[in-house]
Amino acid sequence: MLNRVLSFAVVLCASVLLATTPAGAELHVTVDQANPQPLPIAIPDFAAPNAGDAAAGQNIAKVIRADLDRSGLFRPLDPKSFIDKAPGVNAAPTFANWRAIQAQALVAGQVQMQGDGRLRVDFRLWDVFGESQMLGQQYFTTPDNWRRIAHIISDAIYERITGEKGYFDTRIVFISESGPALHRVKRLAVMDEDGANPIFLTRGDYLVLTPRFNPTAQMIAYMSYINAKPRVYLFDLESGRQEMLGNFPNMTFSPRFSPDGNKVALTLESGGNSDIYVMDLRTRALTRLTSDPSIDTAPSFSPDGTQIAFESDRGGSQQIYVMGADGSNQHRISFGAGRNGTPVWSPRGDLIAFTNQSGGFHIGVMHTDGSGVRILTNGWDDESPTWAPNGRVLMFSRGSQGMRGSSIWSIDITGRNERRVATPGDASDPAWSPLIQ
Amino acid sequence: MTKFSYVMGLAGLSAALFLGACSTPKPVDTAPPMASTPSAPPSSGSNIVPGSAEDLRVNVGDTVHFAYNEYNIEDSDRATLQRQATWLQKYPSIRVTVEGDCDERGTREYNLALGARRANAVKEYLVSLGVSAARIDTISYGKEHPICTESTEDCWAQNRRGVTSVVSGGNS
Repeated sequence: MLNRVLSFAVVLCASVLLATTPAGAELHVTVDQANPQPLPIAIPDFAAPNAGDAAAGQNIAKVIRADLDRSGLFRPLDPKSFIDKAPGVNAAPTFANWRAIQAQALVAGQVQMQGDGRLRVDFRLWDVFGESQMLGQQYFTTPDNWRRIAHIISDAIYERITGEKGYFDTRIVFISESGPALHRVKRLAVMDEDGANPIFLTRGDYLVLTPRFNPTAQMIAYMSYINAKPRVYLFDLESGRQEMLGNFPNMTFSPRFSPDGNKVALTLESGGNSDIYVMDLRTRALTRLTSDPSIDTAPSFSPDGTQIAFESDRGGSQQIYVMGADGSNQHRISFGAGRNGTPVWSPRGDLIAFTNQSGGFHIGVMHTDGSGVRILTNGWDDESPTWAPNGRVLMFSRGSQGMRGSSIWSIDITGRNERRVATPGDASDPAWSPLIQ
Repeated sequence: MTKFSYVMGLAGLSAALFLGACSTPKPVDTAPPMASTPSAPPSSGSNIVPGSAEDLRVNVGDTVHFAYNEYNIEDSDRATLQRQATWLQKYPSIRVTVEGDCDERGTREYNLALGARRANAVKEYLVSLGVSAARIDTISYGKEHPICTESTEDCWAQNRRGVTSVVSGGNS
């Protein structure tokens, strides 16, 4: 079972159910609208023709409700208000019963165990007022994979209604924290985007920091203090192998994969000076990108791989710079108040998320030329931003005054919908995976 | 064996090889130097072994402090490092590590780099006083090794530090 959790290569079989003609004025939610009213959506328990499958039908609907609720763009209605409890997929719904409770959209589904041991899951997304089907899909999967099916359905609904890719079928790699502030135990961990299925990858007998997924979410680059030598390591989730990246005489830290997954940008310290390098994972060739006697660290590739944002204090204080992926044309882009660091390029390419330190620590976004700075959060120690694969939501670490624990939060790039992310205990340094393939 | 237990097996192996970080002596706050005498004061009334890790920590002084976001050696810490250098020359088989630490007011990666600057500044000062660079390793813990948890100027000042500790060759 853990095998399956660690491996994303789960066989899914999806097919499109017959769709009716879409209505003229379609149901739509705009993700970046200034003040969207969350869309009222009814997600009744999925019907189970066989009583033994009822729990699966209830669980799948519950996860979809939670996913869409967390997005802030949907308002799943209370199932207690439903006139039809589990309408199923074999007939058009009685729209009047859903209009009566002001549902604008309806997700009707069905689960049924097959003779070969696979679970069949069908769902249809209905426009209640347009009385038309917007989406219909069918999946076959192993029964213990029901959570992924729920997330995949959530993504399909999100995409159909917003026009943007979803981000529910994703995972988070993070640092799990426990113990007293002066003897903190930090462990490498992964979990589903909604906090389910947490798995600890290290035991906490050495410090680990700043994990990041590669583009297939099968590999994690992170920093480990194993053997009291702080170095960048790779962790292969498929094989369980850990490997020191390169063999350097000094500290290596702050790793991040290139968008094609073939390179890792990292920082190498030598004689007290930190500079940015790129290692080709196939040839292990190392290319030096910065050589300034200042601190240069926190590299992050643009999604097309041609540029790298990083932080440097070469101008006197920690600020954000951009350079070509070969180290050319290094130029400062952040000129706002306070110190600015940990730039992370959006998967859409349009924005850079960063940490602003002025008074407290805040998460902000700016255009890639440094213009249009917007500070989104206001915490004691908000840092380590990471992007949802659709570039619409950020997660970040939030430390507390007096070192009373840290937690992971999410916020929309509109600055709305700030929420604490479910984690097993204290947590920091989140990194969001791409959509699982 | 599942893949997961394989993972944990690796972690266990790694743990068996693990030697250092947790065994790093936890620094004790040292009083400011009262005099600039370069020799270690006699450890009268104690049973601290001369040339031991504890001797460095208690009688010589293992810690220097830094200003916010700075890594230059403060004038007030020069006497401590002078004592460390003299002590290291007296016990030439000893190897040390200098740990560089930061307060919480910096991002994680930046503070790793800043801690490395601080550890290196201590190392370079000791080298300038005649200690062989080959005897001194450095390690940065960024903001990961605080000794004081309050978010106050006093705590931040305690946490911004360079700590010299014996790795090998000491008396016991």
